[in-house]
Amino acid sequence: MARRLVTTALIVSVLLLMGLASGCVRRESKAGASITLAGSTSVQPFAEMLAEEYGKKYPDRSVVYVQGGGSSAGARAAISGAAQIGMMSRELAPTEKELTPIVIAHDAIALVVHPANPVSQLTKEQVKRVFTGEIVDWSAVGGHSGRINVVSREEGSGTRGAFDELVLEGADVAPRAIVQDSNGAVRQTVSQDKMGIGYISLGLVDRTVKAVAVDGVIPTVENTRTGKYTLVRPFLFVYKGHMVPDAEAFADFVLGDEGKKVLASEGLVTSK
Amino acid sequence: MSRNERAAEIILTVIGLSSATILGLIILFIFSEGAPAFAKVGVWKLITGLKWAPGKNVFGILPMIAGSLAVTLGALVVGLPLGLGSAIYLSEFASKKTASLMKPTVELLAGIPSVVFGFIGLTALVPFIRDRLGGPGFSVLASSVVLGVMILPTMTSISYDALRAVPQSYREGMLAVGATPWQTVRMAVLPAARSGILAAGILSMGRAAGETMAVIMVAGNATIVPGSLLDPVRTMTSNIALEMGYAAGLHRSALFATGVVLFVVIGILNIVARAAVRGRGS
Repeated sequence: MARRLVTTALIVSVLLLMGLASGCVRRESKAGASITLAGSTSVQPFAEMLAEEYGKKYPDRSVVYVQGGGSSAGARAAISGAAQIGMMSRELAPTEKELTPIVIAHDAIALVVHPANPVSQLTKEQVKRVFTGEIVDWSAVGGHSGRINVVSREEGSGTRGAFDELVLEGADVAPRAIVQDSNGAVRQTVSQDKMGIGYISLGLVDRTVKAVAVDGVIPTVENTRTGKYTLVRPFLFVYKGHMVPDAEAFADFVLGDEGKKVLASEGLVTSK
Repeated sequence: MSRNERAAEIILTVIGLSSATILGLIILFIFSEGAPAFAKVGVWKLITGLKWAPGKNVFGILPMIAGSLAVTLGALVVGLPLGLGSAIYLSEFASKKTASLMKPTVELLAGIPSVVFGFIGLTALVPFIRDRLGGPGFSVLASSVVLGVMILPTMTSISYDALRAVPQSYREGMLAVGATPWQTVRMAVLPAARSGILAAGILSMGRAAGETMAVIMVAGNATIVPGSLLDPVRTMTSNIALEMGYAAGLHRSALFATGVVLFVVIGILNIVARAAVRGRGS
């Protein structure tokens, strides 16, 4: 009898604890409903930073939740209403024209290799031929002999879409290319593979990988701003029809001085 | 028959039929969603096409079919012997104490989420294969090992139950005519447990063929027919998971068509497995 009582008490208290914990995690602000941003994994880390700053500065306003999924998924989410704002790292496609885009920053696409790889520069033509599978060995582009392990993104990725447009110009990525589903996964793969090459958002390049110069130009924020580095794509917030006031407030924050400060400090190019 | 008996019978019948109904609904749904892709691309071209490029409206599933078959076969090669061997050991040779310790351990292995297996595969196995054996590391081999370890507990548990269900009189009879323990297992116990072990194998095969998350992390997802164990590969399940977030129209229908093909392939594998064992006579 006592044993059953103890067991029941234990179960009830565990359930209560879970309920309390979930209540603490999901902070419902005074403004009521939260807003959701979904889409590009390139924009995602920056959106998360902005959401955090926004939450700190305006704790009374709606909470901002950020999800990934890729640019195409972001467009779908904005169209279906699953997200109030979609994030994209490429231009809108013809099928997405019902959405309205806002440019929040420009970002360069960096070609990255393993830090120990002696290759530090490639021409755009070489990059194209490596990714289409025409060039298969590192020795053909100035490196140590060995098969190039090409790492690409899934088709819905904005980074890939921009890469396809800017570098491949319609050609197909080699079928042998490894496909990873986020910038982070590509970076991690290349950081561990001495024979690897991939493309990621410039804002996400860190010490674990090496960005190569393309056509003699190193990818830096300055070179992107001046236009010397040409592999550039816009970061977009997209929405259908009209933005709800909560979403508009966040968008204003991102486009204002405070938002620009955050983005610029992380390696993105914002309009002055 | 009393009222309670009747009620119980009816309720159980309804519950039993509901599983079949749900299965029927699922089949209906994926077939109808996949129909446009089959119609527009053509069943033959879809199933035998070697190129998958949704952006250019090219849909060929053959590399993914080959990929699913390769990793499933690889998983069985890794998991079946280990699983069955463990089950035989636990059932026939281990001391009671050892068995009582090992059984929960195996069951704990079954409780580990597939994402964890994928993560370990990604951070430990893939670099190992890349550095020691060559290739990009993301490979049929990596997928097979990860999946093999994942199906191990299923194989062990169900085979163990099948072996335990063999009456002790079989073993006693064999020992009485002078058979060694291994001869007893090989000639009397295993054949008697055949259908249970087959069920274990089919269940494990189904699990391996349907696994998605762990495979995405270690297979490489390249749309090629794998030529060697070290080649990257994409399975049908990974294909669906990678692209479903944004697929629309014909692309989305093609993913459902992939689901239909997966369904059919697993069905064929099940039939082949049953026939192969039945052929040897029960």
